[in-house]
Amino acid sequence: MKLLKALRLPARDMTDRAGLPKAAVIAIKVVGLLALLVIGVVFPPLISPDTTTTGVAVYALMFAAWATAWNIFSGYTGYIALGHAAFFGTGAYALGILCERWHIGPQLIGTGGGDVSILFLTIPVDYTPFLLVPLAGLIAGLVAVPVGWIALHTRRHTFIVITIAIFFIFQLLAENNVGNLTNGTKGLEFPYPSWVYPFYNFPFYYAMLVILVLALAVSWWVRHSKYGLGLLAIRDDEDRALGLGVRTGPYKLIAYVISAIFAGMLGGVWGYSLGSVFPQSAFDPLNDISLALMAFMGGLGTLSGPIIGALIIEWARLQFNSLSFIENSTSPGGYYLIIYGALFLVVILLLPEGIVPTLRKWWMGLLASREEQGMPADSLELSKQTAPVAVEQAESGEGVNR
Amino acid sequence: MSMLEVQNASKAFGGIQALDACSITVEQGKITGLIGPNGSGKTTLFNVITGYERLDSGSVSFQGKLITNLTPDRVFRLGIGRTFQLTRIFPRLTVLENMHVAAQRRNAGGVLGRWSSSHEQRRALELLDFVGITRLKDMPAGNLSYGQKKLLEFAFILIAEPQVILLDEPAGGVNPVMIQHLAERIRALNQRGVTFLVVEHNMEFVMGLCDTVMVLHRGTKIAEGTPGEVRNNPAVLEAYLGA
Amino acid sequence: MVSIGTIIEGIILGLLSGSVYALMASGLSLIFGVMEIINIAQGALVILGAYLSYLLMQSYHIDLFVGLLLTMPIMFIIGVVIELLVIRPLKRERTMFSILVTYAVALIIEGVLILTFSNTPVTLHAWYITDSFLVGSFGGQPFYLTYAYVFTFALSVVLLAGLYWLLYRTEFGRSLRASMQNRTAAELIGINVERISAITFGIGVAVTAAGGMAFGTTRPFIPNDSYDLISRLLVIIVLGGMGSLRGALVGSLALLIIGDVTAVVWSPAWSSTVFYALLVVLLLFRPQGIFGQREGRKQ
Repeated sequence: MKLLKALRLPARDMTDRAGLPKAAVIAIKVVGLLALLVIGVVFPPLISPDTTTTGVAVYALMFAAWATAWNIFSGYTGYIALGHAAFFGTGAYALGILCERWHIGPQLIGTGGGDVSILFLTIPVDYTPFLLVPLAGLIAGLVAVPVGWIALHTRRHTFIVITIAIFFIFQLLAENNVGNLTNGTKGLEFPYPSWVYPFYNFPFYYAMLVILVLALAVSWWVRHSKYGLGLLAIRDDEDRALGLGVRTGPYKLIAYVISAIFAGMLGGVWGYSLGSVFPQSAFDPLNDISLALMAFMGGLGTLSGPIIGALIIEWARLQFNSLSFIENSTSPGGYYLIIYGALFLVVILLLPEGIVPTLRKWWMGLLASREEQGMPADSLELSKQTAPVAVEQAESGEGVNR
Repeated sequence: MSMLEVQNASKAFGGIQALDACSITVEQGKITGLIGPNGSGKTTLFNVITGYERLDSGSVSFQGKLITNLTPDRVFRLGIGRTFQLTRIFPRLTVLENMHVAAQRRNAGGVLGRWSSSHEQRRALELLDFVGITRLKDMPAGNLSYGQKKLLEFAFILIAEPQVILLDEPAGGVNPVMIQHLAERIRALNQRGVTFLVVEHNMEFVMGLCDTVMVLHRGTKIAEGTPGEVRNNPAVLEAYLGA
Repeated sequence: MVSIGTIIEGIILGLLSGSVYALMASGLSLIFGVMEIINIAQGALVILGAYLSYLLMQSYHIDLFVGLLLTMPIMFIIGVVIELLVIRPLKRERTMFSILVTYAVALIIEGVLILTFSNTPVTLHAWYITDSFLVGSFGGQPFYLTYAYVFTFALSVVLLAGLYWLLYRTEFGRSLRASMQNRTAAELIGINVERISAITFGIGVAVTAAGGMAFGTTRPFIPNDSYDLISRLLVIIVLGGMGSLRGALVGSLALLIIGDVTAVVWSPAWSSTVFYALLVVLLLFRPQGIFGQREGRKQ
């Protein structure tokens, strides 16, 4: 680091806080991401093809994607939307219903579909339901429009409460077989693909991976856009943002719908992977809380936080599953609830910001103390820069307000 | 030409009549001061002008057009900016990001793009420089001192190039050097045609800066004139002493 | 066959069971009013109360109503403990975090109940649960009510009256109401707001003991019922206006009467849904609920 300083790097903007050139930091990030992507892609066939691991991986990716999408709304705007599982379930049911009505995908009995040809591609029948996944997401998104519009009328804590209530409405609607669509408590059947284990998990794994990458891309883009800035401003001080011209209503609603679309897509893939869904499983409050937990644990409002949170929780779940007292218990659900609850408490009370921001702060703190100790030359350099700029402006007589 | 006109504005909160048939006119290009004892309705007046509160009765016009009860975002977009008594900035965003929040783009497509174009970046830096806090541009706004936050709030209102700026106690809780700094900035902007309405308790500040001064008491205007006239107005003295 | 008679039956049922919900919802409203905390665990605590009554009945043969003398203080203590452990440490954005934190507590309670009692439904037994009396004859159909309904109604009335007395006729109640109106001002005049908060939370939870017992008299229950309960309670206080005790009462009666009338006239499966739909419509026009306060824009 001393060497870099000695080189008298030019304008301060070229280096970030650590004194490393910004270009280098970006390069490292990009390379790292690509590496992760490569690992992600080759994971099932090459690294760990056994069914248990891939099964867990599917769920891990699903939650990671879901948490990332959830973060686009709740993390950036600060409105904690519980009851998000409502859209997940909607997507699941949507996909199942569409497959049934439109005869897509293989069926065990009766009217199944065949291979589908689009342009020059022939998609084998087992994969055709995946084509409907984006549609399932869109349906969930459409549903989210009125729901979000109503919910966002209320202030922050009422909002959370409303989202919970709405979630239960959805569950009830599914149970009551609304519009004769959902088959009530008997559950909805999905097409059964002809794959065998261990391959069975692979397509779902990749589907989830694609959705995750998509969610991450959208999240990144939002974060760096004018729109995202508006969302963050809403989080900090909504009324102030409104007073500065930010269209808070539409901004919030759009973020809500985006996150719902992803939840819907994930629900669709999940439904297909299970083969059948029930009101209790598609609309599972435990999913909801896991989601919030993952996002909070990783760091609300950050890009990597929800993913890290999801991976940690899913890995932890894998470990729990193999603990003997859980394996031997008649109601493992009870243990899960206690552990989730306790974990959540710990995270909220001890690490309210989440892992990623806490780590970042700690890192910044380290750097700050190093700056203080080390380099008086630094401050000289700064003042040398601002002075010429100020002088320049005064000389050119540049006005500020026309 | 009147820039801002409030006619017979009334607003009550529960049993308290904050504004009572209050009428004021703000002339274009002038720096108008608004003074009055605590509770006279100054902040409420600001709130009804900028849409943070709804009027019970009366009207607000901007350049001749009615803007009564418009939402705050629309009022801002029309060209009326305001600061708050207890400065409101976005603490978790950096100073520069704070500046960009207020720089709204007209078209929907612009919203999708990166959050600061080079043009906006330049303008933001210019303004930060104008108030003198450029070196803090990457700092989270929450870490700024009180005075610096005031400057930031002032700066980010400017980025939208408002025609009227309502300042709510700009000199409150700020050291004398900073007060001078602020007064100079206000004058500089006024030279370029920005109209100001300033609420202040600091008499020196008001008297030294404003072209016209209005006095509110119990929700209504009781005096108006040059600083000298108002200072010697017996009704004003009584309001302050009696209130 | 829908007749005035069946509708009246629905109304009576709604009134009777609504009073029980009113009790539980009052606890929630009280907590929110004083502390600006939303206790999502209220539903789970009600079920816990039901199980406690069950335990006393089953193992010690203590009558359900008598058992309240034990369960209510126990629940009060549990409430205070929750407040101290989980709410007190919250520093910023308390309302939002309280939701998450109490949700977590609810999960833990449910988990413990599942482990202790498993998921097989459990029923409370008492003569007044099985015996019923003839209320009257409406449209030729006899209408029977179990004594339990009446007794629990009486219980709720007594407890609600007690709550009212506590709030409006005692020194403590005055301090509590002061804290509800303006926490800082209350502190400034020497009210120990922290102590009041803990006690308020305790009271808010203690009523769930009674609510739980009453709930248990109406049907067999399992730990999972906490979800339905809390969603109803939340809907009630949002409808009535958060922090308003009147709102809790009105909201509860509205929910239960409309629900029960719907169940009788249409079908039980739709009673909750109809209610939720009405809630949504109300919120569109009055987002703060019936008796709630509209939050003005922050200045």
